[in-house]
Amino acid sequence: MNNLNITQIIEKVTTKYGKERKALIPVLHAIVKEKRYLNDEDIIEVAKYFNLSSAEVYGVASFYSFLDLEPRGKYVIRVCKTISCKLNDSDNIIKAIKNFLNIELGQTTNDGLFTLLTTNCLGWCHKGPAMLINENVYTELTPNKAIEILKEYINKK
Amino acid sequence: MEIKKLTKVNLIFGYTDVDYFKVLEDVIKKDPNSIINEIIDSGLKGRGGAGFPTGLKWKFAKEQVSDKKYVVCNADEGEPGTFKDREIIEKVPEKILVGMAICAYCIGADEGYIYLRGEYEYLAPQFEKKIEEFVNKLKTINFNFKITLYIGCGAYVCGEETALFESIEGRRGEARNKPPFPTVAGLFNKPTVINNVETFVYTTMICKLGVNEFKKYGTQDSRGSKVFSVSGDTLKPGIYELELGMKVKDFVEEFGDGDTKAVQIGGASGICIPRKDFDNVIIGFEGVPTGGSIMLFNSKRSMFNVLHNFLEFFCEESCGQCTPCRVGYQQLLKGIEAVKKGEKPASYLNELKKLALTMKIASKCGLGQSAANPFLSIVDNFIEEFIY
Repeated sequence: MNNLNITQIIEKVTTKYGKERKALIPVLHAIVKEKRYLNDEDIIEVAKYFNLSSAEVYGVASFYSFLDLEPRGKYVIRVCKTISCKLNDSDNIIKAIKNFLNIELGQTTNDGLFTLLTTNCLGWCHKGPAMLINENVYTELTPNKAIEILKEYINKK
Repeated sequence: MEIKKLTKVNLIFGYTDVDYFKVLEDVIKKDPNSIINEIIDSGLKGRGGAGFPTGLKWKFAKEQVSDKKYVVCNADEGEPGTFKDREIIEKVPEKILVGMAICAYCIGADEGYIYLRGEYEYLAPQFEKKIEEFVNKLKTINFNFKITLYIGCGAYVCGEETALFESIEGRRGEARNKPPFPTVAGLFNKPTVINNVETFVYTTMICKLGVNEFKKYGTQDSRGSKVFSVSGDTLKPGIYELELGMKVKDFVEEFGDGDTKAVQIGGASGICIPRKDFDNVIIGFEGVPTGGSIMLFNSKRSMFNVLHNFLEFFCEESCGQCTPCRVGYQQLLKGIEAVKKGEKPASYLNELKKLALTMKIASKCGLGQSAANPFLSIVDNFIEEFIY
């Protein structure tokens, strides 16, 4: 899945956002979208480009919950755990996904396809429970509906 | 006190057959000061939650002498229970862009940013297209204003205006000390107006419909209407634009499920109103202000669990920069757990309340300063759910 290398990503993003530091987070975000996480080498390469220390870049990356610093699956599932979704039984959705994928929260399936995480409010409180799979949102979930959605992703592979 | 009945309004999503670009063209024939005075006269206050008078903000930014100024739209809608900005972006993006352009004209800015939360990234392709079309159209009337859509990466604190600036500048989203305020030194340390998505739409509508049409709605302290995000134990979850200044009681009658025991106004950082106070509390700046989040809880819900969920949220979302917030939320969370389990006496809740009040005074930004809102209002009103 590593289609673009870091240099290509930097070039693409800085064309849009400029070559200054304000492009740093868009660059990191684009790398995560491409590779699903940032490894040490990526951080060093980005730091060199922006003429920053790698510690500085790591500090920025580690601040944001979507800038993952450990390997993730091809599809990252983020189930909302904030109150309105919780009232609509988001815990049951998490349980169903755990059982179906046979992983715990924070883990990735052996085939590298899915990582299961929870997240804070997704802004779909009137249609909870909600979850993101990468950038896509799914709402009004039931355990069955959530699993059907995962099956679609499995078939896509 | 002036009290309003619950009245549905349709300024934000309505008037869809209007050419808003034409509205902009007409507005910029006027003198910037007269537009700003109209916004001041309208009584419009920021719709993101803090409620600062919009016209004054624009006036302060205009008065600054600077080679560069910015207009920033805060679309980092992260408060639990809020989802109205997402729908505004989806349904009436042009009204947001026109509001930003009017602001740019008034204060003398040539560059704008829209900070969209990462959780809404799926809105970006469509929105970006709208922005591009709009900016190109501006060029045809020689209006020099560039707008960049910037996508966040999952951090609630970036909804705080100075943390949001830090984030656009490529740093950790840590709030700055104020003063200086954004109108003096905001994005890239330049004078900046930062308004919520909904606020920009209201400025557009005030320019389109006139100040008096807007002032027809609301009360002395809370002019106009507001978009509310309604969720929780309700038969009608969704987005509603309502006149400001109604009683919580009227709201509950419309949206409750007949068994409402508490209403959380303003999200996790807001205030919990128990049933006994429904008739005494007004939704608006003179009562309980809100960025639009209203969550209803019925008698089957444990308010301990509600507060626990809020505190977990804040523990995760605290940026960690200042000690009162970083340590405070963790101690509040541990504290209510200990009281619930009987490891600490009931009187320990008083210590925790003092801690929450200390966080209100000592925290650097709104995230920590808000601790006392949910904590005191939930613990004080539902103490029986914390101790046995």
